[in-house]
Amino acid sequence: MKVTIDGHTIDVEPGTTILNAARMIGGEIVPPAMCYYSKLKDSGGKCRTCLVEVTKGSEKDPRPMPKLVASCRTTVMDGMEVKNITSERVLEARKGVVEFLLINHPLDCPICDQAGECHLQDLAYEHGTAKTRYEEERRTFDQIDIGDKIKLHMTRCIMCFRCVFTADQITDKRVHGVLYRGDAAEIGTYIEKAIDNDFSGNMIDVCPVGALTDKTFRFKSRVWFVKPMNASRDCDKCCGKAVVWMYGNEIYRVTARKDKYDEVVDFICNTCRFDKKQVSDWNIEGPAEINRHSVISANKYKKGIKVTAPKVLGYGNNVD
Amino acid sequence: MSVLSLTNRKKVLQKRKLTFAESIYLPAIFSGLMITIRHFFRRKSTVQYPEVKKPFSKVFRGRHILKRDEQGRENCTACGLCAVACPAEAITIVAAERKKGEEHLYREEKYAAVYEINMLRCIFCGLCEEACPKDAIYLTEETAPASYSRKDFIFGKDKLVQPLGTSAHPKTFKPYVKDNKPYQYKNPVNTKI
Repeated sequence: MKVTIDGHTIDVEPGTTILNAARMIGGEIVPPAMCYYSKLKDSGGKCRTCLVEVTKGSEKDPRPMPKLVASCRTTVMDGMEVKNITSERVLEARKGVVEFLLINHPLDCPICDQAGECHLQDLAYEHGTAKTRYEEERRTFDQIDIGDKIKLHMTRCIMCFRCVFTADQITDKRVHGVLYRGDAAEIGTYIEKAIDNDFSGNMIDVCPVGALTDKTFRFKSRVWFVKPMNASRDCDKCCGKAVVWMYGNEIYRVTARKDKYDEVVDFICNTCRFDKKQVSDWNIEGPAEINRHSVISANKYKKGIKVTAPKVLGYGNNVD
Repeated sequence: MSVLSLTNRKKVLQKRKLTFAESIYLPAIFSGLMITIRHFFRRKSTVQYPEVKKPFSKVFRGRHILKRDEQGRENCTACGLCAVACPAEAITIVAAERKKGEEHLYREEKYAAVYEINMLRCIFCGLCEEACPKDAIYLTEETAPASYSRKDFIFGKDKLVQPLGTSAHPKTFKPYVKDNKPYQYKNPVNTKI
């Protein structure tokens, strides 16, 4: 099926979503996604950041779709024409979506451990406005202790449901979910039962904001002071391929490896994530690749960090 | 031999025989003394430093201060933006979590347990002040004091945090202004900066 996104035409399989077709093309025309996660079935359709304008429905029925559609949930039709960044309507709507997502967000980035790798920060930086118009009280929650490894900050949650899907699909027994409805909805464990599944730590990686963070890394450092290194170990539960975040010769935290859309490549187990913090536990392969525009690459040009940059320009140090 | 000249301003020195007036040197000595004497009656361009101090420019950037808010709680939340903005990498921060009962000491949930500025590295560019989202660090009008040993230049929280009960104004240690007006800089007196 032929689909044209912002002037780029691509042939895709029937049943592909617009978002995935855009990702096949790549580049800046890929709509941002806060809730869609390619590794998790049924995710998407909640955050509305991936809204696009369909200017031509299909070859058979060329009428445009009247409303903006969520590209992560809309499948392509033959001859469909989609406008993403070339559409004023989309950019305007996205600005509104960011504003809505930030309405109840506490904006405590200076404290939040996710700052620097937070999708909401990136999204707000790119699409949001610099000032808030919201004057009312932001919603607050009672602190819920969901175990000694994962810290839940409900105020930061944007209700993307990724963690619930992770718990459903990656771990064998889900003990947490979304309670209540609408404005009062929150993630919680039933009767505050602690999450102690072997793969529950992956919720930290899939969380696009700082709602679920690593308690073993809590306030230890900022992500831009630690160096991400690809590392692996023999693990009987998971693939053992991870990224260790080092400060000098110390491992501060362990996360799964992520692709360019910041989605986990292979989920890792809690033993690797929380318990293996010795350099001797890991076979360190080399610096993990990070975007040179990311704050994580700040001050690391010559310290063994691989910075991706166009080779023609000669920036970065991506020596193969 | 021609030498490449860039400015055409060079003078070629030529040695010639001195005239009688020049060779007794006295007129030259007197004209030199006259210049010296004339300067006795001119306005002095120096000040007697420890007793007299020149006022600083309003944008002068001296040693750092970590501010407290009106309730005396430390503003700094150890977000690390100053350290990442610092071009000289002079700032080191170790964060800690605020415990119960410390709410009167620190404004946010997280605070800087260690905050060190290496004054030998610092170039007083003020980027830390610019980067701070919490209004915590400011460069004051004081110069960093001299010392004999290197370790004295690592300023910890004991030297950086604003003393309790001092000004809320960012730039000075001066006491609170009563009518809640911001501190006004006095006009510089009879000296130019």
